[in-house]
Amino acid sequence: MFPFLTVLVLLPVVGAVVVRALPEGARGRVREIALGFTVAEALLGVVMLTQFDLGDAATQQFTEVYSWIPQIGTSWALGVNGFGLSMIALSLILTPLVILAEWRKDKDDATAARYLALILVLQAFMVGIFAARDVFLFYVMFEAMLIPLYFLIGGFGGEQRRYAAVKFLLYSLVGGLIMLVGVVALYFVGPGGEQAYLIDNLTGYAFGTTAERLMFLAFFIAFAIKAPMVPVHTWLPTVAETARPGTTALLVAVLDKIGTFGMITLGLALFPEASKWAAPVIIVFAVISVIYGAIAAIGQTDMLRLVSFTSVSHFGIMVLGIYAFQQTSVEGAALYMFNHGLSTGALFLVVGFLIERKGTPYVGEYGGLQKTVPVFAGTFLIIGLSALALPGLSPFVSEIMVLVGAFGVAKIAVIISALGVVLAALYVLLTYQKVFTGPPNEKLGKTRELGLRERLVLWPLIALMLVLGFVPSLAIDYLREPTAAVLTTVNAEVSE
Amino acid sequence: MFTAPEISYMAFAPMIVVLLGGAAGVLVEAFIRTPATRRSVQLALTLVATVGALGVAVVQWATYSPDSAGVIGQTGYFVMDRQALAWQSMILIFGALSALLFAARTRAGESAFTPLGSAAPGSPEEAEAHRRGLEVTEVFPLMLFAVGGMMAFVSATDLIALFVALEVFSLPLYLMAALARRKRLLSEEGALKYFLLGAFSSAVFLFGAALLYGATASTGYGDILAYVLASPGDLTLIIPGAVLVLVGLLFKLGAVPFHTWSPDAYQGAPTPVTAFMAAATKAAAAAALLRIVYVALYPLEWELSWMIWTIAILTMAVGTIVALVQTDIKRMLAYSSVAHAGFILVAFAGFSAEALSAVPFYLLTYGIATIGAFAIITQVREKAADGTVGGEATRLGQWAGLGRRDPLLAGAMGLFLLSFAGIPLTAGFIGKFQVFAAAVDQGGWPIVLVAVLASAAAAFFYVRLIVLMFLTDVPEDQQESVEVDYHPYTRVVVWITAAATLLLGVLPAGALALASDAGTLLTGL
Repeated sequence: MFPFLTVLVLLPVVGAVVVRALPEGARGRVREIALGFTVAEALLGVVMLTQFDLGDAATQQFTEVYSWIPQIGTSWALGVNGFGLSMIALSLILTPLVILAEWRKDKDDATAARYLALILVLQAFMVGIFAARDVFLFYVMFEAMLIPLYFLIGGFGGEQRRYAAVKFLLYSLVGGLIMLVGVVALYFVGPGGEQAYLIDNLTGYAFGTTAERLMFLAFFIAFAIKAPMVPVHTWLPTVAETARPGTTALLVAVLDKIGTFGMITLGLALFPEASKWAAPVIIVFAVISVIYGAIAAIGQTDMLRLVSFTSVSHFGIMVLGIYAFQQTSVEGAALYMFNHGLSTGALFLVVGFLIERKGTPYVGEYGGLQKTVPVFAGTFLIIGLSALALPGLSPFVSEIMVLVGAFGVAKIAVIISALGVVLAALYVLLTYQKVFTGPPNEKLGKTRELGLRERLVLWPLIALMLVLGFVPSLAIDYLREPTAAVLTTVNAEVSE
Repeated sequence: MFTAPEISYMAFAPMIVVLLGGAAGVLVEAFIRTPATRRSVQLALTLVATVGALGVAVVQWATYSPDSAGVIGQTGYFVMDRQALAWQSMILIFGALSALLFAARTRAGESAFTPLGSAAPGSPEEAEAHRRGLEVTEVFPLMLFAVGGMMAFVSATDLIALFVALEVFSLPLYLMAALARRKRLLSEEGALKYFLLGAFSSAVFLFGAALLYGATASTGYGDILAYVLASPGDLTLIIPGAVLVLVGLLFKLGAVPFHTWSPDAYQGAPTPVTAFMAAATKAAAAAALLRIVYVALYPLEWELSWMIWTIAILTMAVGTIVALVQTDIKRMLAYSSVAHAGFILVAFAGFSAEALSAVPFYLLTYGIATIGAFAIITQVREKAADGTVGGEATRLGQWAGLGRRDPLLAGAMGLFLLSFAGIPLTAGFIGKFQVFAAAVDQGGWPIVLVAVLASAAAAFFYVRLIVLMFLTDVPEDQQESVEVDYHPYTRVVVWITAAATLLLGVLPAGALALASDAGTLLTGL
């Protein structure tokens, strides 16, 4: 069979090399070439989607297994079920849109080439991580991905970018290295042999209670830093306020999902008993994240920091859904991961467009833009409403699924988290009010309306949120069986 | 009565080739007068000797008999098994790469070595030597003797043989460390410290050996082991003896608190010598530690592991923390090498059999990246206002913006730094993984956790240099003060080491298979 996933991983790498190696004369076309590669990648994704057997969504499909380093039991093993596919789809959708959004940012073609090459490398890692079916391969990608991200944050953006890049790297490295201890241990505690790290070989393996709990913690800390959960979230606002909005959009919308993705595909599947054991504490932290993120968001004056704090709050809801272990809640969390990607990705990009026009991220320096740029204001409002989970837009469905699903087992947690949803209305609407309504701020001068390129970036995302808001089953069908399968593992553990 | 020992010359052929090459190099010194010709001949001779010996070693590797634990030959003092061959091959590779660095020149035709080592710094004799274009080409045979000594060191199975080998490789190193062309005083000071502390550690080692001899009436590893196994209760002399012998070896490895020589020696020595010293000495020391621990002292695991744990943790902590505040790149790499000594010791936690293949692999990845990094340091030069190119620009600040000036060279440096930091897809990651696996195998969780935290802190100073090279804008007034030099030999070394670092990181299966073959060690002599 055609090795879809390997090609999907390698195509952006080829793209990155091409973009960097372009001769001086062809540099002017570098944006088109990079976009071309991501569009080709997305088309390949569409072909894959048509080949995917939805009736068997829980099974890993398009699987490839090649021996890589037999001495330490690692394989180049790729495969996706409906859940992995949804995450890959998210990255395939967002990458070309980010390239389009950052189209005019670099006047200098050589700088643009550097930026685009890094974005393409990043895409390769994103696809690779969501498709990895080998713990070691997952870990390698998880860590190696930091290198392009580090250069994306540190090389492009505001004044504080080097500080932000180092802070990001150190947080991620600490998490990653703690996870490494777990990965090493997995070899010795697990079945061992030349395919010791295949997730399929490790699922359902009895590691022994203490070992399982320790390994779970090693993995979970890494995922919590990535996700980001309070109290290890502080790198995100720092990065968001200084990195380019395009970079942050990819970071928050796709890359941070690796945390929650890992919690489900590795955490629940490999360490079901330990997940149950740790769930009460994790839920407490999740609820703290929901409330703390929302309150902190209300207090922000920098819109980029504000959006990043809303994500801390939303990730809290996803984690709550995962560790409630109910079919509806886990399914809702998985769906939320996709919808949040669309919503927050769009939010970062639209804020980026606004800052591009006026050069300031501070809410207080805007005012009354509704009258001069109505289309911009309307687009901003819809995207903002999606972040506060307005019915009719897709995040609503997932948020309600998590809260309803978890209510049966964690009533207090759900009641407190619901408060976060109320607070969301506050930070979104207050921001909208200050920026777009009221008397126009005289100092702002003339503001450009949303251009064609910018509409091409934002409107598809809005359309997708509307479609999935009214017909959520389109996405849920891909997620139900995979999450049910994971929950079976967890619940089987308990009944024993 | 004295009976002549029976020597299996064929088995020891790699060492013999190298030492004969060194002897020939001394003759070359005496008979060829023109410096330029002499340099070329010496380089050719050194490469022939090291690569030739490597060839012999490979042939031996391929023809060993599998039922004798990889043994090719042995006397009472040395043993040639696959473990020894692996280390010897590694040291030969490091030697060959360093020889290329020794021979490299700046664009202005300047070598890394002083023209006249015996002249006082700044004296008229020195100026005269510069004027007449003298060259110290003795460094090539000196290096061959050091390589030969190290090769003997890694295969010694007797404390006296080990000590002789230790001195054979140390003395040339003390000498070479003093021969830097620029900053002569710093170089001589570093070499003197290295020599004095080295002599002190030799004394400590000998004292330990004497205690062991006093207890067992033998200096052979086999007899020591037999004694320990036979009388486990009577360890009064054995424990202090073993501790002192290990201290002597830990000194060469650069473990805390026996590391104080390394920053000064690394900074002062001519950079090609630093590269050789950092890579090869550490490999030889780790090999000797492995052999003595796994052949003679393994029954003492319970008695000795507290010491190894303490020193490993101290070494990682001190190396990492002190490296954080360094402003000179050579000193920074010196402290980073101290931290790496700590990571190597992590593999010893619990005396796992895995260490026998994990440690050689780790040293291979570390040594390759080290030689590459120091090779790049020789290429980044200060430039005076009048355009003359000066010494190496070792202040960290001077590396700012190197990524714009020479993206490929800076990229290679970035790769080496990432490998030191143990980031996946570089060789250093696989090395670190192997070492951690060896420790976890025997329940060394806590020490691996410490190692992991130290790695994270260490990443900070490696990354700081990457930030400087790639992400810092160069201030106007510094733009002209640094020049990227070029010599084909140096660049060849940089590209070979960079390619190896990447290859061992992405496709390490072949090298790991070799390393696990090397894990068969002749035990219980």
